Amino acid sequence: MSQTRKQLLIDPLVDNNPITLQVLGICSALAVTSSLNVAFVMSLAVIAVTGFSSLFISMLRNYIPNSIRIIVQMVIIASLVILVDQIIKAYAYEISKTLSVFVGLIITNCIVMGRAEAFAMKNTPVDSFIDGVGNGLGYGLLLMCVGVVRELFGSGTLFGVTILDPVSNGGWYVPNGLLLLPPSAFFIIGFLIWGVRSWKKSQVEAREYKIQTLEVH
Amino acid sequence: MSNSNNIFVKFKKMPVDGMAKTIIVATTLCFICSMVVSFAAVNLKSKQEVNKALDKQKNILQVAGKYYEGVNIKKTFSSFEPLIVDLENGKFTNKFDPLVFDDKKASQDPLLSIALKEDPASIGRRANFVTIYLLKNNDGSLDKVILPVHGYGLWSTLYGFIALENNLNDIFGLQFYQHAETPGLGAEVDNPKWKAQWKGKKLNNENGDLMIQVAKTSKEKEYHIDALAGATLTSNGVNNLVKFWMGQSGFKKFLKNLKNGEA
Repeated sequence: MSQTRKQLLIDPLVDNNPITLQVLGICSALAVTSSLNVAFVMSLAVIAVTGFSSLFISMLRNYIPNSIRIIVQMVIIASLVILVDQIIKAYAYEISKTLSVFVGLIITNCIVMGRAEAFAMKNTPVDSFIDGVGNGLGYGLLLMCVGVVRELFGSGTLFGVTILDPVSNGGWYVPNGLLLLPPSAFFIIGFLIWGVRSWKKSQVEAREYKIQTLEVH
Repeated sequence: MSNSNNIFVKFKKMPVDGMAKTIIVATTLCFICSMVVSFAAVNLKSKQEVNKALDKQKNILQVAGKYYEGVNIKKTFSSFEPLIVDLENGKFTNKFDPLVFDDKKASQDPLLSIALKEDPASIGRRANFVTIYLLKNNDGSLDKVILPVHGYGLWSTLYGFIALENNLNDIFGLQFYQHAETPGLGAEVDNPKWKAQWKGKKLNNENGDLMIQVAKTSKEKEYHIDALAGATLTSNGVNNLVKFWMGQSGFKKFLKNLKNGEA
């Protein structure tokens, strides 16, 4: 793997993470991170969709008329999402029940569309595939981070295995109910973005405004 | 060969933003994508339906207390006898084959259901024919009866089963297999601790009045299920749907007949 291809894969993990830097795909990150099993399947689904949609769009990029390019991208993405949804329903029924509508909503996930429009339309199929997988991995990595915090402190388990014995089972840990509700993911993602940006200063955006000094008359 | 090559070359040479190319690309792409999607949907359908049926059977086993990790669902489920009940007269009917009867479809079919005037469970229509399950002991005597129930909570219709002991008045368990209530609040209807309350509660008092209720407080401990904290509307929904299905428009007639051996 050449240096640039390796970068395509690794850059989106931290340096150019679609959630922490670009702040895309937040909606589904809130909804599917209350348990790790679900977050894991969702990550796989998004990796598959971003990877293959970028691949196919890049293969067709010289034939896609500019005037209908967004629609063409949507058709390809939507078909892939339906495919993934059907496969999950057939092979992981329990998880498909918890994921419910969110697999279908990958269609509207800005990350997929963003990679198609920003990268796959201008680059070769293999590069685009790697870029798509890399961005899917970046999304998945963040999902897993949020999922670990939410599942561990919200229900005392990781991947369904009890780590902190909750009071309801006669243990000592009082689960934090807030972490099971979607808003908690907002706080966790917020803290993560804060953390990443204090670690990598280059991600901090320049202010678009200047704080005025108060003039005393 | 040269002919098809020519068409392809011609297609390649067309201006990318021309009307002809736009239409060709759009049509071909839609055609191919719809082929892929329908191919997947048709091929995976049988597998998905098996999953769905298995999930329902698993829930029936769970509500009857026959489920444990690693159980052979199909084998255990074969000890349950599915039967169709006519709710109008409260008796078994053999008009339909219980193995293929579709309860959800029947509750929408105007020929097989009635529109409800009094509708506490907010379900609109109630099917006249419902599949129930009998679990029998090895000697053929009745062990448990599993009745399907459904009704509206806060966000969604809750679908579930109630299992009754063989005296047809004591509840063995209640379990929902499909709902979309708020996680952590209304979805606590799935919490094992809350579900455990149902065990041993009674439906009717000695006079045959329906007494079971889900409420915050009650003096009648043997008929009372503690409502869920922070989920008043879901609790009300569960209260209404249990009362509806165990009442006159629900299974009351059938349970009476079954008890007297007239079903």
